[in-house]
Amino acid sequence: MSPTSDPAAPDIRVVADASFIASHRLTEWVSSAPTMEEDVAIANIALDLLGQARGLFGVLGDEDQLAYFRDASDWHNPVICELPNGDFGHTMLRQLFLDVWLSQVWPALADSDDETVRGVAEKAIKENAYHLRHSSAWVVRLGDGTDESHQRMLAALDELWPHSEAFASDAWYAAISQLLTDATLPPPPPRTRFDGERGNDAQHPWLPELLDHMQSLARAHPGATW
Amino acid sequence: MQLWEVFVRARAGLHHQHVGSLHAVDAEMALENARDVFTRRGEAASIWVVPSAQIVASDPDDAGELFEPAMDKVYRHPTFYEVPDGVANL
Repeated sequence: MSPTSDPAAPDIRVVADASFIASHRLTEWVSSAPTMEEDVAIANIALDLLGQARGLFGVLGDEDQLAYFRDASDWHNPVICELPNGDFGHTMLRQLFLDVWLSQVWPALADSDDETVRGVAEKAIKENAYHLRHSSAWVVRLGDGTDESHQRMLAALDELWPHSEAFASDAWYAAISQLLTDATLPPPPPRTRFDGERGNDAQHPWLPELLDHMQSLARAHPGATW
Repeated sequence: MQLWEVFVRARAGLHHQHVGSLHAVDAEMALENARDVFTRRGEAASIWVVPSAQIVASDPDDAGELFEPAMDKVYRHPTFYEVPDGVANL
């Protein structure tokens, strides 16, 4: 079965990997966020996502094996999660795309047959509600902010939108369109899975570099404990 | 960015206590930052944020007339009552 990000029938491999890789990209902001307060906020969100991924990794197999000893071609995250960080607005817009998707994914997983998945989902629903509040507030604030912040958000939207098809259900598009409108950013037409640039997700163009960094310690010292 | 003072109430029945300050551009961000900076270990049931500019503070030079007259009035303290065991938060 090929992985799917359909929020109505989420594949927990996709959800786990998306959360894990997004968490890593967020941690790259730690110590360089725009303010100290935001530094703490981003670290909190990254930790929540890490915890959600760990919960699902535990269901899928061995946590460390899945996180630290898996090559790029075996990951199921949408490519948008692994895109290198841009400016802060770019990160918040990507986070908004992810948070809206997860806000639809977790309630579906809260009905899972698996007790552990249900438990992870129930906790994640509350965490996600806060993440969504945080990212949507920033997107509206920056989109409807100064000329410069507006221009930067338009540029971020241009770059990120082609990668949004991984999340694109009707419900996702409706929610994102409303938030973009609130942010005075014109919502582009919906992407579909058949727009042609898909297929990249299996190739993970930016993942090898991310994994090189993230997995290096565990791979250099397999089984190490402290 | 504006400076905000943060007050946290640990649980129902207690009062809000000042825990520190932070920077934010608006009330919503101040509330979110307060949540992230001061309540990430489960310290709160409620948060208040107040623009620091709205705090009216006493002048340290007035400390003499404001506070010293209270120093020698021991009868204002409830030191002549027995506090029963089991009374919390007194």
